[in-house]
Amino acid sequence: MTDASAIRPGIRASLMTPDTRTRRRNAAEARFRLYGRIAIAIGLAALVVLMGSVLANGLGSFRQSFLTLEVHLDEKVLDKSGARDPEAMKKVTTIGYGKIVDAALKATIAAEGIVVEGLTDKDVSDMISKEAAALVRNRVLADPALVGQTVAFKVLANGRIDGYLKGRVTMDSAERDSNVSPRQLELADALVARGILAKSFNAGFITGPDASELRPEAAGMGIAILGSAYMMLVVLFLSLPIGVAASIYLEEFAPKNRFTDLIEVNISNLAAVPSIVFGILGLAIFINFAHLPQSAPVVGGLVLTLMTLPTVIISTRAALRAVPPSIRDAALGIGASKMQAIFHHVLPLAAPGILTGMIIGLAQALGETAPLLLIGMVAFVRDYPGGLFDPATALPVQVYNWTQRADPAFVERASGAIIVLMVFLLAMNMAAIVLRRRFERRW
Amino acid sequence: MTVSVLLFIILAIGATGYALGVRRARAAAGGDTRKLHSLTGYHGQSVLLFSAVPALVLLGLWLVLQPLYLDHRAGAMIAVADIPEGGSLDLVLADVRRVAEGLDLLVASGGMTEDDLAATGAADSDLKARLGGVGVALAGEVGEGVFEAARDYRHATHGLSLAMAAATIAAALAGLVFALRRIGTDYRARNVSEGFVLLLFIASSLVAVLTTVGIVASLLIESIHFFRLYPARDFLFSLTWNPQFRGGSDLGIWPLLWGTLYVSFVALLFAVPVGLLSAIYLSEYASRRLRALAKPAIEVLAGIPTIVYGLFALVTVGPFLRDWFAQPLGLGSGSSSVMTAGLVMGIMLIPFVSSLSDDIINAVPQSLRDGSYGLGATQSETVRQVILPAALPGIVGAVLLAASRAIGETMIVVMGAGAAAKLDLNPFEAMTTITVKIVSQLTGDTEFASPETLVAFALGMALFVFTLGLNIVALYVVRKYREQYE
Repeated sequence: MTDASAIRPGIRASLMTPDTRTRRRNAAEARFRLYGRIAIAIGLAALVVLMGSVLANGLGSFRQSFLTLEVHLDEKVLDKSGARDPEAMKKVTTIGYGKIVDAALKATIAAEGIVVEGLTDKDVSDMISKEAAALVRNRVLADPALVGQTVAFKVLANGRIDGYLKGRVTMDSAERDSNVSPRQLELADALVARGILAKSFNAGFITGPDASELRPEAAGMGIAILGSAYMMLVVLFLSLPIGVAASIYLEEFAPKNRFTDLIEVNISNLAAVPSIVFGILGLAIFINFAHLPQSAPVVGGLVLTLMTLPTVIISTRAALRAVPPSIRDAALGIGASKMQAIFHHVLPLAAPGILTGMIIGLAQALGETAPLLLIGMVAFVRDYPGGLFDPATALPVQVYNWTQRADPAFVERASGAIIVLMVFLLAMNMAAIVLRRRFERRW
Repeated sequence: MTVSVLLFIILAIGATGYALGVRRARAAAGGDTRKLHSLTGYHGQSVLLFSAVPALVLLGLWLVLQPLYLDHRAGAMIAVADIPEGGSLDLVLADVRRVAEGLDLLVASGGMTEDDLAATGAADSDLKARLGGVGVALAGEVGEGVFEAARDYRHATHGLSLAMAAATIAAALAGLVFALRRIGTDYRARNVSEGFVLLLFIASSLVAVLTTVGIVASLLIESIHFFRLYPARDFLFSLTWNPQFRGGSDLGIWPLLWGTLYVSFVALLFAVPVGLLSAIYLSEYASRRLRALAKPAIEVLAGIPTIVYGLFALVTVGPFLRDWFAQPLGLGSGSSSVMTAGLVMGIMLIPFVSSLSDDIINAVPQSLRDGSYGLGATQSETVRQVILPAALPGIVGAVLLAASRAIGETMIVVMGAGAAAKLDLNPFEAMTTITVKIVSQLTGDTEFASPETLVAFALGMALFVFTLGLNIVALYVVRKYREQYE
């Protein structure tokens, strides 16, 4: 028998007005939803702040301050013999050219009538990047006929002056900085007002080689991009065939036994090994044991190949598995051998999936830094690598290198290089998505 | 002859072999290819495989074994007296290789003729200067034994390179002739070449096994070297990490292990609630549109290279935490800290936790939810009291996988956590991790005889064992859980 009077007082049996307990439960529900929203907001905010900070720090590096100078290429300094013999002219070092460029700036200042109190000669010559002399020298050696003429040159301004134009260096900080004086900044203001000093697109940042610690304005990532490209070639040419071959064996041929189990366990474990361990492997096997050259793209490529192989194999196997068995059965039914069924039917149908996996593997390899540090890709390289065995550096390693330097101008460079890296990654991922959307078939 | 030229020649022989094979098959059939067992293409393919593959394998083996043989040969020429005090045979051999390379460059640049070289000895006072002139800088004087060994090394290298070219080309041609001679109307070219290709497939799948063997072997061998120079007891139980260049270092793993675990703990403390809650919200509450937008956006975080996170820690998060938390609270003054690295690593781990948890929550059968709703539970009560307990083993697995990522992560801690090895509880203090020390001990000029360098391999071994153990446990937990509902 039920006891209807056992309903406790305080709980009114009405659905229209919620009691305290229901209200508490509803509040808990609302709170829980709020937690979820907050969590998603944190995740998205992290993404936005991350991207925003990289963009805010790095976009400036694509534009650089240049001085436009009328440089009089004095024959007495550059070619004493007057014979325009390139061999003889090579004897004039960048110091000689540096003086000419300094003189050009001084002449410009005088001609424009700029007066800055207490401006010394050193202040003036420090306005110009040390790289400027090399630029002028290369132009002159390439075209000796220029000697004796007055030619307009667009030369890099010193990194601190560039920092002033970008707001990194201020009058206050210049007071305390021994590398730049407030007088120079006043001069910079005057030059900007007359259009002699201005920011413009800096192609040298993307194509040029790295520069020394004292010349952040001249540092570029050309060698790093080239080195990364070489490594990606090695990764592509090794991990695509090896990965596809291994996947075909494991997915289509391998009998279920201990041997294939061993391979499977191996692959899934390798996918989880920290990347730095692959660097140790590369150092011990490829460099210490096989004596391959340090800092060479071939070693980096081999290490990254081993690292991306599990990714490639896992995605290739998924792509092969997605091809329905009826395709294989039909091919076998009309007399194809197993190998023919795979090469003529299964593989073409799985190709978009395989390529998608390969692109994702390449993207992973392109962004990897830690193993490359161990195989010597951190070295300072000034010469463009001509092949896989020449010393080079890689884009993410270049970023790391720049962050280790003292001058804050390198932080801007590092962020700029990150933007380039992210653009490459974005392009690769977009390609993967497009490939998947356009060609993937659902069965 | 360089290796790339040799590669090209071998591939050219293979391509010729293909064409010859097709022609010969056609000739054997008298123009009527129906008489052949296999299509002409398969005949060509079998010749291609037989000529190119064995030659390439030979080339690869030769390239690996040649330096081993040369080292052995040079090592035999070096007397004990040639090894300087405190040095090792490996270092002397490195010198030999450098001198040999320098001599090569000297001869190539015309600074020395072959006859000159045969006549000079190490006594030649300007040898070091001349080597320096072609870009080979040597630390000390070149000893007589080293010079002799270098000359012999150079000589043997040239001889062996020639032999390698001859042997591989001969192998390619032999394979070509062998395969061509087998071609006839009854030759089962398709079966033969398919069997050959299958062998290649098996070999490719062995690459993964070889990689693991290589990792374990290199870590193990160098770790044993390390423990011969430095007592294992001190490494495992000492509480100080203080490497010295002149020897007498303290290389205890505990400060590094502490830093690693502390950073990973902070990272997980941030990533697990955020990742788990966003996975729950996205799978249980979110509208289709929000899910389609937020899920890929969060997963973008997983595709960002760690160097980007490292820079973010260095440039943005580090100074922010220093100026807003550490300094006002009086806890620290540096921008590198456990907190910086942990927080940024936590951001990196959000997508790992969320996408793994998402899969696991989605795998909980709908009947459990329906049962809970039927009893009058609210959505959040269902999640907390039904779905989470059911998904718990899987979520634990996901957290363990994330922990293993955190422990093995390198760039974020290199750029965000600092380099000072200490045992401290203050999260705004700079600490260091195993991976940071592997990088710092192995970059730059390393000589492979000192415990300060070799310790990196022992640390690598610890890292490998640690992450592998976590992964095995995590996969076991996840797999065991999945079986319940499938």
